[in-house]
Amino acid sequence: MELLIAFVKALVALLIILQVTVLLLWIERKGSALIQDRVGANRANIFGGLLPFNLGIVNTLMADPLKLFHKEDIVPKDADRFLHWLAPFAAVLPLFVTFAVVPFGDVLVIGDTVINLQAAELEVGLLFILGMVSLGVYGVIIGGWASNSRYAFLGGVRGSAQMISYEIGLGLALVSVVLTYGTLDLQAIARAQGELMWGVIPAWGVFYQPLALVLFFIAGMAESKRAPFDLPEAESELVAGFYTEYSGSKQSMFMMSDFIEIAIVAALVTTLFFGGWQVPYLYRDGFHLPGGLFLAVPSLLVTLLQVLAFLVKLFIFCWLQILVRWTFPRMRYDHLMMLGWKRLLPLGLANVAVSAVLVLALEGWTVA
Amino acid sequence: MTNPYIALLISFVLCALVAAIMMSASWILGPKRASKAKLEIFETGNPPLGSIRGIRFPVKFYLVAILFVVFDVEVVFMYPWAVVFRRLGWMGLAEMGAFVAVLGVGLAYVWRVGALEWE
Repeated sequence: MELLIAFVKALVALLIILQVTVLLLWIERKGSALIQDRVGANRANIFGGLLPFNLGIVNTLMADPLKLFHKEDIVPKDADRFLHWLAPFAAVLPLFVTFAVVPFGDVLVIGDTVINLQAAELEVGLLFILGMVSLGVYGVIIGGWASNSRYAFLGGVRGSAQMISYEIGLGLALVSVVLTYGTLDLQAIARAQGELMWGVIPAWGVFYQPLALVLFFIAGMAESKRAPFDLPEAESELVAGFYTEYSGSKQSMFMMSDFIEIAIVAALVTTLFFGGWQVPYLYRDGFHLPGGLFLAVPSLLVTLLQVLAFLVKLFIFCWLQILVRWTFPRMRYDHLMMLGWKRLLPLGLANVAVSAVLVLALEGWTVA
Repeated sequence: MTNPYIALLISFVLCALVAAIMMSASWILGPKRASKAKLEIFETGNPPLGSIRGIRFPVKFYLVAILFVVFDVEVVFMYPWAVVFRRLGWMGLAEMGAFVAVLGVGLAYVWRVGALEWE
């Protein structure tokens, strides 16, 4: 029974990530069209003209993946066949697994069973996510090397240098968050944000660690290698960077890993800084509004609302990243490195130091 | 679930399976009409210059990797410290401060000698 529940939860986590990725493809295509005043994906139409405009849902949700899967899988003759196969797999697998530790809801109560809505209840969830995201660099460097092409190689080298540079900023921003909550368990962090400050404002991480949020968001976007940080795949100079020599579903794996990274950054921003699945004033038995007002809500509905809140927050931060991508021009490589090493790193260190002193000064210290 | 790592293992196997299926999709579904030109490496239409094995690239990237090892290990050390931070109190903060100060001097040095500059 427990194994079955674990399997179902793992499946749900995987389905969430797959659905979010496909939906992001749609949001990206239609959103960029909106920003650039174009129509965007508009060929296939499921409602046959019932709607006054074409949402392009068929294009992006069905036709795009199907088309990619029906393309020829080409391996250049000088390429290392095994590494060429390994690279997209190494890029996408660690990112798939990260969602296993992200809590997408509090608990689901069915009869006597209480199911924690987190695929793997890991105590070191945050560390696990950081480790898995770091593994993503292997896909980039192996892909660049295995193709045996100059563009791919340059893209791979650039990509790996960029990703490891920003990993430090990413890690430092999260250290101050861990300092605030004193745990690496993402579910515990999400639960801690259910309390209220002065009885009104939800105690979300963003109010404790605003600078960490900014640092994390910038470093996370650089980690996902998208504009304005898309130098590893800069199409005007490197064709497609490290995946120049990939086609068909292997290439779509690299594209997917980009989208999953967006989703992971959004999920972490949500969980660490915006209360995760918390709905303000909503507890297990219902709404406790500040004025002493109480509104009873059935347990199942509470769980549903929380999962919904998590997804809504997730998509808000995904959309924010897409907005940034289509608004800012690409950075120069020296500026990129300067931002990582000379801005994010010192600011992150300063943030950790200030948070540490503040936590000790405000809470006092106890002898172990 | 008593051991969360079992759940994680299940997740791993499931994800690996799905990823492998999706990756081999175009190998199964796609056409297989290889030609000499198609199998060549794409260098914007020019005849390829040959293998990249043993190619030279700027040493700067190597330097970044070395710096990464130094500073990322620093960050990794900070995680366990941050978790038990409240129990360690001011003494723990002072010890971590000393550790970070040493690396801070290192950062100031690499900054000063221009190892972080790209031209």
